[in-house]
Amino acid sequence: MKILNDIGGIIGISLMYSAPLIYTSLGGVLTENSGVVNIGLEGMMTIGAFAGATVAYFTGNPWIGFIAAGIAGALLALLHAIACVTFTADQVVSGIAINFIGPGMALFLTKIFFDGAAMTIPIDLNDKMPRPLDGLFTQGSFIDSIFNQYATVYIAFILVFLVWFMLYKTRIGLRIRSVGEHPKAAETLGVNVYKVKYLAVILSGVLAGLGGAAMSIAVVSNFRNTLISGQGFIALAAVIFGKWKPQGAMWGCLLFGAAQGISIYLGRSGVISSQLLAMLPYIITIIVLILFVGESRGPAANGVPYERNK
Amino acid sequence: MNKGNKIVITFISILFGLIVGALALLIAGFNPLEAYQIMFQGIFGSPKYISWTIVRSTPLILTGISVAFAFKTGLFNIGAEGQYIIGSLVATLVGYFFELPIVIHAIVAMLAGCLAAAIWGGIAGLLKARFGINEVITTIMLNWTALYFSNYVVFWEPFKRPNRDASQQILDTASIEILENWKVSDAGREFLSNNQFLKDFLNPPVNFGFIIAILVAILVWYILKHTTLGYQLKAVGFNRDAAEYGGIDIKKNMVVAMMIAGAIAGLAGATQVLGVSKETAILTAAEGYGFDGMAVALIASSNPIACIPAGLLFGGLKYAGSKLQPSIGAPLEVINITIGVIVFFIAMPKLIHILQSAISKRKRGVKVENTK
Amino acid sequence: MSNIDYNTRVVEMKNITKKFGDFTANDNIDLTVHKGEIHALLGENGAGKTTLMNILYGLYQPTSGEIFINGQKVQVTNPNVAIGLGIGMVHQHFMLIDPFTVTQNIMLGMEESKGLGILDLDKATKKVEELSKKYGLYVDPNAYIQDISVGMQQRVEILKALYRGADILILDEPTAVLTPQEIEELMVIMRSLTDQGKTVIIITHKLKEIKQVADYCTIIRRGKKIDTVKVEDVSEEELASMMVGRNVSFKVDKAHKEPGEVVLEIDNLYVKDNRGLDAVKGLSLQLRKGEVLGIAGVDGNGQKELLEALTGLRKAESGRILMKGKDITNLSPREIIDSGINNIPEDRQKRGLVLDFTVAENLILENYHKKPFSNKGRLNHKAIDDFASESIEKFDVRPRNIRQLAGALSGGNQQKVILAREITNDPDVLIAAQPTRGLDVGAIEYVHKYLINQRDNDKAVLLISFELDEIMDVSDRIAVIYNGKIVDVIDAKDADEKTIGLLMAGGGVDNE
Repeated sequence: MKILNDIGGIIGISLMYSAPLIYTSLGGVLTENSGVVNIGLEGMMTIGAFAGATVAYFTGNPWIGFIAAGIAGALLALLHAIACVTFTADQVVSGIAINFIGPGMALFLTKIFFDGAAMTIPIDLNDKMPRPLDGLFTQGSFIDSIFNQYATVYIAFILVFLVWFMLYKTRIGLRIRSVGEHPKAAETLGVNVYKVKYLAVILSGVLAGLGGAAMSIAVVSNFRNTLISGQGFIALAAVIFGKWKPQGAMWGCLLFGAAQGISIYLGRSGVISSQLLAMLPYIITIIVLILFVGESRGPAANGVPYERNK
Repeated sequence: MNKGNKIVITFISILFGLIVGALALLIAGFNPLEAYQIMFQGIFGSPKYISWTIVRSTPLILTGISVAFAFKTGLFNIGAEGQYIIGSLVATLVGYFFELPIVIHAIVAMLAGCLAAAIWGGIAGLLKARFGINEVITTIMLNWTALYFSNYVVFWEPFKRPNRDASQQILDTASIEILENWKVSDAGREFLSNNQFLKDFLNPPVNFGFIIAILVAILVWYILKHTTLGYQLKAVGFNRDAAEYGGIDIKKNMVVAMMIAGAIAGLAGATQVLGVSKETAILTAAEGYGFDGMAVALIASSNPIACIPAGLLFGGLKYAGSKLQPSIGAPLEVINITIGVIVFFIAMPKLIHILQSAISKRKRGVKVENTK
Repeated sequence: MSNIDYNTRVVEMKNITKKFGDFTANDNIDLTVHKGEIHALLGENGAGKTTLMNILYGLYQPTSGEIFINGQKVQVTNPNVAIGLGIGMVHQHFMLIDPFTVTQNIMLGMEESKGLGILDLDKATKKVEELSKKYGLYVDPNAYIQDISVGMQQRVEILKALYRGADILILDEPTAVLTPQEIEELMVIMRSLTDQGKTVIIITHKLKEIKQVADYCTIIRRGKKIDTVKVEDVSEEELASMMVGRNVSFKVDKAHKEPGEVVLEIDNLYVKDNRGLDAVKGLSLQLRKGEVLGIAGVDGNGQKELLEALTGLRKAESGRILMKGKDITNLSPREIIDSGINNIPEDRQKRGLVLDFTVAENLILENYHKKPFSNKGRLNHKAIDDFASESIEKFDVRPRNIRQLAGALSGGNQQKVILAREITNDPDVLIAAQPTRGLDVGAIEYVHKYLINQRDNDKAVLLISFELDEIMDVSDRIAVIYNGKIVDVIDAKDADEKTIGLLMAGGGVDNE
């Protein structure tokens, strides 16, 4: 039973750590399918983590915090959209700028709101994201470890389906994919390429913001400057691993979440150096890319600024 | 785009960055003029501050050149951070464990740091050349790997300094600090007590790093401009397909480019250890030298020589920004916002062109018809 | 002609001027098209015909001028407006999304919906099938674009316009990528469209097609309208001289020459494409000294992969390539260049030039590592500049500025820089892939002259082109490529378009 419960524990932790990555990678799927590379996801996650923790702390309501995180991510994404879509900026350079501005703002505002402290005050445990299935199963059992999750975990998986449905079954999805593949073709058919790209980039910010909050008000209870440390980039790697499809990216995130789950589990046992274990998710990301990236190719016009002829 | 135009765009971007920084301070309830005055004083107020600015800028100039060099060859070296960490770690190891004569010890430690960082950078180049994996993602992953790897090594019993979150300090023979021992010797103290300017100037750990950075800038400029290596690296950077068609081995060049970029970033770490910190600390988060180097390179339009003033600007901003918190309580992160905004505007030359032409039209007083 | 309704001017463009910066692409052009007419716009590459039609379709805004559709003055501010006015456009480079199906491509922008923005694919598919039947435009609605032939892709493009209820169809260089037989089919389709009351405007620089299918023709030269003529009343020669502004003969002057020994031999070559499928399938060919060997074929029959294998850019799976008896299969591009093969690449902006390099830097792309351009890894700027100055003088590159960035040159001058570089090496074998694509008549003549010149100097030239006319004019022998194989080699003297066209379409060979 001990082993079974341990396995359940690892799976549970993996799911919990996957959720923030899933939100963000869905954002990555949307923006890259519209042809805009967004390495600023990391910065958008950070500002979302900050906004979520701060608003949840002051309102005492995790849901308002969660929504605020989405809005904060969207605002930062709007900057990226203005630069990349309207002013045909270099998308990677703009993303780098976002990764300065996002964390810079988050920490700046943390110090403003929390009297110069480098982290937000933890939210009350009762004000954290609820666990909707809490108490349904025997505490600490295999099933309980896996399914007794924060609401953010369930929402993440629902969103995978919603984003898939949107991309492949709706008008706007068809248009998002068309501008990422061949914006000029879309434009000649009367699709407003700029509008579609704006929408996709801003939605990616919303999702990255939610992903940040899924860290700061569910996995932990506050925001600090080391909270988002590369997750945005791992989520991007998951997008590539998932061949730019929502369900594929989800599998990538689960894999990276599992790497984290295992390293946390092993860390508790204290056998292996925690520093070495901390390297694990990053190294696994690289290995996974080596194994899978060769055959995958993204949307044809991804990363290419589109300029309407005057 | 011509050179003059690029410089204009850079200056306008810097201006916008400072304005947004001021707005952030204003909204947060601080007086931006006061803040900027403190920062200005913080850089130029004393010879000591000036030399601190130079000391703080040195690693940024070098990481800036690293990123700039990679840019010129068509690669985004977001991995300067990790290469920096590896460079400083290995330089510390050699500086502590090796026993060599003065000067030689420093050179060996520096070269070892460069070599290790070159290999670290080369990994990303190899992954790109061999498997087609985007270097942006691999270098980021390698940054975090480097950070935890460095921590792991520092925790190693013979290397760790007891009761401190850092490694042992390097031996004196490996130091590149200028007049380090003389400064604290009796003769040195006596001489400096009569020369206030020099005393102030030498108060910070002034070291040979800055001179090394300038030499590296010139060397990189020379390679890019006057050698076949530079020619083929640029050809690969501008148009990989044409370079390949012209008979240039693009895969080899990618690896070489990332190794050189890695070596330069590693040198940044090595000079910092040998000249300033003398040790490797346990890190909880990246120190940001590599990330700031990207901003430096972008401001410098990837020109290695221009990385010197750009690095000084950023070093100055960062150093002076750290004085905001103790004096008026303003968070130093305002500097990151400023840097981000500068990079943001540099990313959109189109916007600045539009602004420029709008301003020049108004100046001429000519009513220009809408061309549409 | 009977379809033309002279009382209805469906399109009237008046005094259209379009400037891009200092460059005037359209200078005060008038155009009138009647209902039911097939109207040709004739002009050289870069004359401004596509710009004019992009204005009509709302992709560009005119600097000045007026547009009337069915007598109503209109402002075509974007393609949506054009679509609303019943205008449809088929672009020269198809605007199709490869990973989408035929139906998805057609409905994009006017999607059938079940409500809430949810796509109704079945309804759209039915509509596509109906249209396809009505106009005789056969397509498979559920096929992916990347899997269908170029001819079918073109039909999808036309259906896209009809799906939007277009009454006026603009076809930009519609025959550039088709076999002679497919061109015949297209002409039948155009006739059937005008029979049903549609109006067709075709942009072309091919005189023969205009004579065959168009009712009226408007000639544009250097952005200016020269004339509108009734096609019946003019000869091809008259059209040609109006287009170019002087009398031209499209015949290439060349004396008879007996070819020498075999210099390049390709033996049973197999090469895969990007998708890992065989693109070149057991191809064999011999190239002799003192001849131009043309490879005729429709795009996508293995030309690209053959070319890349010959130049070392793509791995050959099996078979051999022999250069003067030496095996050069799968050597590096540099080793192949050193063996005496140079190449004018298919895509000059992608492969041929580093656009951010100066003309001088581009001229040494293959030789920068050799003396006198460099010594022990150090560039000799003086030798490079001297060589560049000499080359641009000899090849008449304009402007005469070796510091000019290659990206700032016109297409013709870019091609001259490539020619200068490739011919300076005096290669035994020159492989010219689409060497005149997008060039004007003057530049085309120039390039052809250089190819013939190489041949006259007893060098060998392998010419790969999708323009059958070019192949027939320049080559001594013509090899027809179909489905990755050479299906026949014909002496150019004995070649006629119809036979080659059949061979290009796979006629007379067993399909596997």
